[in-house]
Amino acid sequence: MPIIDRAFSIHDDALILRSQRSSILAANIANADTPDYKARDMDFQAMMRDAQAGQDKSFALARTNSRHLQAVAPGIEPNIKYRNPLQASLDGNTVDMHAEQARFSKNAFEYQTSLTFLNSKIRGLLFAIKGQQ
Amino acid sequence: MGLLANFQISGSALSAQTLRLNTTASNMANAETVAGSEEDAYRARETVFQSLIYDKTRPAESGVQMLGIVESKAPVRLKYDPQHPMANEQGYVYTSNVNTVEEMVNMLSASRSYQNNVEVLNTSKELMLRTLSMGN
Repeated sequence: MPIIDRAFSIHDDALILRSQRSSILAANIANADTPDYKARDMDFQAMMRDAQAGQDKSFALARTNSRHLQAVAPGIEPNIKYRNPLQASLDGNTVDMHAEQARFSKNAFEYQTSLTFLNSKIRGLLFAIKGQQ
Repeated sequence: MGLLANFQISGSALSAQTLRLNTTASNMANAETVAGSEEDAYRARETVFQSLIYDKTRPAESGVQMLGIVESKAPVRLKYDPQHPMANEQGYVYTSNVNTVEEMVNMLSASRSYQNNVEVLNTSKELMLRTLSMGN
């Protein structure tokens, strides 16, 4: 399906990454009162680059020879990083609730943007397939 | 896991914050409870949260659970009330060590966190519904 893939350009990848990021931000908001919880976020640019290049996002060893063993460490996502807190808290929690809320709504807005782009792409394709209104 | 995971994550936070509100309510209700001895006096309870990882390959998408309830180490207050049926030989009763101001703050914090998580749930639901109707 190369034509369909090209038709959606980056928006299908963006939609998946946005939904994944929303879960990370939701986890930050959920753990706002958990002692020693460290807030995390996604390096969206790097994730998007990997998704576009079709690379596996898991942490894998580089293979410079075809006889090298494949070693993948699931659960270590190099592009999901800890946030640097602006202010220290006594219980070791680094969630800044208001900033997380703002990021969550911005991410939701960007998700809807991708969705809108996809919708208009689909409408355009349907129009081309049917050849009528 | 994406948006569907948000329901599990925020849902766990709602249940944890409800437990925190319950504990606060119980502390407030027992703020004036008296006892005849120091051991029997009511001590304020506090919930301790812990993050809960559902999928080991995705540690960033974690919910929250209650690790346990701890009792406050603050000293219980002594009240001189010789008429009280539970008063000891010196005429003192032991009241709880609940700090009502602290409990009010706890209640506000829990209810705000609850609201935030409901908001996250609503937004996620809205996004999922829109995704379902994609292409229409």
